[in-house]
Amino acid sequence: MSNPARADAAGPTKAASSAPLLDVTGLSVLLQVNGASRAVLRDVSFTVARGEAVGLVGESGAGKTMTARAIGRLLPRGAQVRGTIRFDGSEVGALSGADLRRYRSRVAMIFQDPRVHINPVRRVGDFLTEALRTNLGVPPAQARRRAVDVLAQVGIEDGLRRLRQYPHQMSGGMLQRVMIAAALLTGPRLLLADEPTTALDTTTQAEVMTILDGLRREFGLAMLFITHDLDLAAAICDRTVVMYAGQVVEVRASALLHTDPLHPYTAALAAARPDITRTVHRLPAIPGRPLSAFETPPDECAFASRCTCTRDVCRTAVPGLAELDGGLSRCIRAHELRGQLQAAPDA
Amino acid sequence: MPDTSSVPVLEAAGLRKQFDDLVAVDDVSFRLRPGRSLAIVGESGAGKTTIARMVVGLERPSSGTITACGHDRSRPPRSARDRRRRGREVQIVFQDPYTSLDPRQSAEAAIDEVLRLHHGWPAGRRRARVDELTGLVGLDTRQSRALPRSLSGGQRQRVAIARALAAQPAVLILDEAVAALDVSIQAQVLNLLADIRDQTRVSYILISHDLAVVRQIADETLVLHLGTVVERGPTARVLDDPQHPCTQRLRASVPGPGWKPRRQGSQ
Repeated sequence: MSNPARADAAGPTKAASSAPLLDVTGLSVLLQVNGASRAVLRDVSFTVARGEAVGLVGESGAGKTMTARAIGRLLPRGAQVRGTIRFDGSEVGALSGADLRRYRSRVAMIFQDPRVHINPVRRVGDFLTEALRTNLGVPPAQARRRAVDVLAQVGIEDGLRRLRQYPHQMSGGMLQRVMIAAALLTGPRLLLADEPTTALDTTTQAEVMTILDGLRREFGLAMLFITHDLDLAAAICDRTVVMYAGQVVEVRASALLHTDPLHPYTAALAAARPDITRTVHRLPAIPGRPLSAFETPPDECAFASRCTCTRDVCRTAVPGLAELDGGLSRCIRAHELRGQLQAAPDA
Repeated sequence: MPDTSSVPVLEAAGLRKQFDDLVAVDDVSFRLRPGRSLAIVGESGAGKTTIARMVVGLERPSSGTITACGHDRSRPPRSARDRRRRGREVQIVFQDPYTSLDPRQSAEAAIDEVLRLHHGWPAGRRRARVDELTGLVGLDTRQSRALPRSLSGGQRQRVAIARALAAQPAVLILDEAVAALDVSIQAQVLNLLADIRDQTRVSYILISHDLAVVRQIADETLVLHLGTVVERGPTARVLDDPQHPCTQRLRASVPGPGWKPRRQGSQ
């Protein structure tokens, strides 16, 4: 807010590039459920640099979507938020009115199921140009031209005809590309992609990821990519943030996530997934089910009840997120377990 | 052993389904032996679910035959008795147990109803079998008595599997049955399916677009494209050395170490 000068598409200035584009610090969120306050996020901290792709991985209840909603200022009514989210130097929680609208044109969201997030009774063209016309004051004819251009970029050639179609006339993969086009139209600096390919089949997923990844690199956009698929995150993202029960448990360069994980949960998650190149007699499943933040005991490691590495020390306090070998791990035994996590689940 | 297991428990021959002018499934044939599992893979719209629906009896084939346990099931059943017998031959578990379970029926009640209908056992024996089945799929007492809405997705899927197994089917169709589950729960359910097969010699038809799950469960794989079989063979061979371009495209779409998204096929 203090810096009204907009960063050009060409890239940030040298001075600004040292600070992360997105900086989430100590984010905790409580939601009102049936009159009771329930924690959904506990002390979530991570950063996304300019042009960087960061994966946010975890199972149900881990808090991935709530984190994205907090960043997009889309939390449900009555949510209590602590901690700070800074985007390009301004405090996101303090934005309102025109500033909030401008923020939303610079932070674009892509959701899991395009059919739920695109108005079924409006034409695709109306959906695509709405933000341009209402938030940025672009004249309709010009907005349509830009929409056709962006549709071509996501691989939809006959844009003029597509603008007149309704969502039900398009396949899921096509509609997700429309959603990506809509996200790109307002010239964002950060994409928040929440499971953008989960509802698509594998070949369509590969196509959509190709487009998303290609355009992101072309425009130098940062991306927070939310997925339950560790392999996909590792393939797409520079770094990966692993969440469990509303907490960040590991931050790691994606290339090292499978071969050299820092937290037992990451190792267990990677091992539990079947491998396309081999059949095993039994998968090393993680016992129990994924917990939500409000279900975990307040004074011990959230993963302790399901972890094969649990010792008495894990039950004494909530471990902090500590630096280790170029990453971060929220495990009190992380040092002790170095080099063992990869072998443990297979044994 | 080789004697009985060489007789297919399920056989489809020249299966075809036409919806108006769309041919969804065209000349599909396969055989499934007891205790074995067959995966049907392919892109959306390839006809996977249509085959499953025809086998279970929710769609009538336009032509071709389906035989299960020696009985033809390509035509609608002629009597309630016939219909019940078919229920003991083939059962199905759908992707979303939220919409396939009765929202007002607990797991116990759902399983008990199947036992009463198919086996006509007295209450005591049914009670024991309900406990056995809920134990087999790892549901505790509270979960067995709960309604679907107070269970998680993984727990509901276990209810659906237990309910399907209650009929003691010879063939269990799993139509994307583990696709919506969390990774740690999916591994538990896949292990459970392996245990059940070891214990009961049930055969599986696995409909899935997740090739890693296919590798884990299926002995043989059939690749479908626009309703026709383009490749078939032992799962390891089909996935490690795919021959048809459609199979190669499916295989290349799976993210893994070193995978980079790349435009494929029509580019």
